[in-house]
Amino acid sequence: MIELLRLENISWNTPDGSGILHDLSLTVPDGKLIVITGPNGGGKTTLAKIIAGIYKQNSGRLFLDDRDITDLDITERAKLGISFAFQQPVRFKGITVRKLIELAAGEKLPLDRICSYMSKVGLCAEEYIDREVNSTLSGGEIKRIEIATVLARHSALTVFDEPEAGIDLWSFASLIKTFEEIRNTLNGSIVIISHQERILRIADEIAVVADGTIKAKGRPDDMMKLLAENNSVTGKCFRQEEMF
Amino acid sequence: MNEITKDLLREISDWDGEFKGAYNIRENGQCAGRVSSRNIKIESKKDKPGLEIFIAAGTKGETVSIPACVTHGNVDDLVYNDFFVGEDSDVVIVAGCGIHTETGEPARHNGIHRFFLGKGSHVKYLEKHIGKGHGTGLRSIDPVTEAELEEDSVLEMDTAQIGGVDRTTRLTSAKLGKGAKLYIRERILTEKAQTAKTDFKVEMNGRDSGVDLISRSVARDDSHQEYHSVIIGNAPCTGHSECDAIISENGKVDAAPELHARDNDAALIHEAAIGKIAGEQILKLRTLGLTEEEAEATIIDGFLS
Repeated sequence: MIELLRLENISWNTPDGSGILHDLSLTVPDGKLIVITGPNGGGKTTLAKIIAGIYKQNSGRLFLDDRDITDLDITERAKLGISFAFQQPVRFKGITVRKLIELAAGEKLPLDRICSYMSKVGLCAEEYIDREVNSTLSGGEIKRIEIATVLARHSALTVFDEPEAGIDLWSFASLIKTFEEIRNTLNGSIVIISHQERILRIADEIAVVADGTIKAKGRPDDMMKLLAENNSVTGKCFRQEEMF
Repeated sequence: MNEITKDLLREISDWDGEFKGAYNIRENGQCAGRVSSRNIKIESKKDKPGLEIFIAAGTKGETVSIPACVTHGNVDDLVYNDFFVGEDSDVVIVAGCGIHTETGEPARHNGIHRFFLGKGSHVKYLEKHIGKGHGTGLRSIDPVTEAELEEDSVLEMDTAQIGGVDRTTRLTSAKLGKGAKLYIRERILTEKAQTAKTDFKVEMNGRDSGVDLISRSVARDDSHQEYHSVIIGNAPCTGHSECDAIISENGKVDAAPELHARDNDAALIHEAAIGKIAGEQILKLRTLGLTEEEAEATIIDGFLS
């Protein structure tokens, strides 16, 4: 199996010295979808931000396609093919949906291309492209636009940080469909930070991060059993669908 | 008309060698070209410098352009332009100003515009101000805009001053009759040691009148901006003002909005936000492959678009 991303012995402390990640190592194979789950405060979002270069690890190394990217900054990693979808998408006064998607794609786009990205996230492009990415968009709308921007990048590696956070039940149902479609047309590798069982089920591999390290890793069937049976390992880290 | 004027015209009024519709070009205080149309008459004022522009009732889809250019230092241009907009007309008025100086002498344009909007008329007013040239002389543009809106008339003002003007004091006032609507979109960017003051006073005197005033500004380097707005509701009406500013380096912005409700059914809102560019915005654009400098420029361009 060809590995796309390799993390070696990553450690990260908060500025006040508290350890969040401890000697964490992980590989993401090429063309696979990995879901990282685990209890809140376990280090998942930190890990995602370290991959994107938003946080700088205290020690350890990162490799993308065997190239050492440890010392590359956010922009350099983005140009090499790492995309990052924010847990809380950022809003911009005056920047339209079209502009943001074109910035992501790195070029001006014809309407039909924008339509194809928008329809993948369940939005009608004509209704949205001239709208500003500002506070008039609902939580569900901006989340989908965030996903559309990373899809427009066609990256080798896309990291989604808790895509389900902050959206309502109805938006969640269509979000799952979106991820199922992305899964079926997978081009490049995807890492999703998630608590949601339905997202876990579409993974090629699930990794459990707790107490700043990888506690377990494996195929969904095996991992779902482990997660359901052994809360002491995971600290009740995922929410079952029935909760909705 | 000199070459500097032509360059300024291209920037302030999308001039491409000719204007569509009626126009008057003012160059260093003199008329450099004038054309009236069947429905829009442009005449010189008899008692002081400036124009009287008469737009016939029912005129639809026409544009009148009255750009003013100052192309060298040691000019202090003062002009009074009055617009009489006939009932039920629907027109665009383009009134940009460009100032260019290559010397240490100051160059100033002070345009005093009065608008009289007849019943049911609709005016879109576009005003772009720029300063150019390498001279150290101060470039000043001090516009005064006064508008009276009769019943059910609509005035949309879209004004932009994006750099190059060292000093500006903008005074805008309006009186709104029954059902009249005023929309203002103002954008100001200052840099270096520039200063800009903008002052609005809107009186809503007629039932169901409304104003929506949005001012966006960016103050960079050591520049300083002051925003002051007064919205007075003397009748059942709606008023909304919004003042958003981005500050960077040592830029300073003062905002002082005032709302005065003088009627029980006046609904007035103000929103204001001043701050530097949010770090998250820069991070997001960097994850799309932009450098920090490109991200900042993109955010400011969008904010002022």
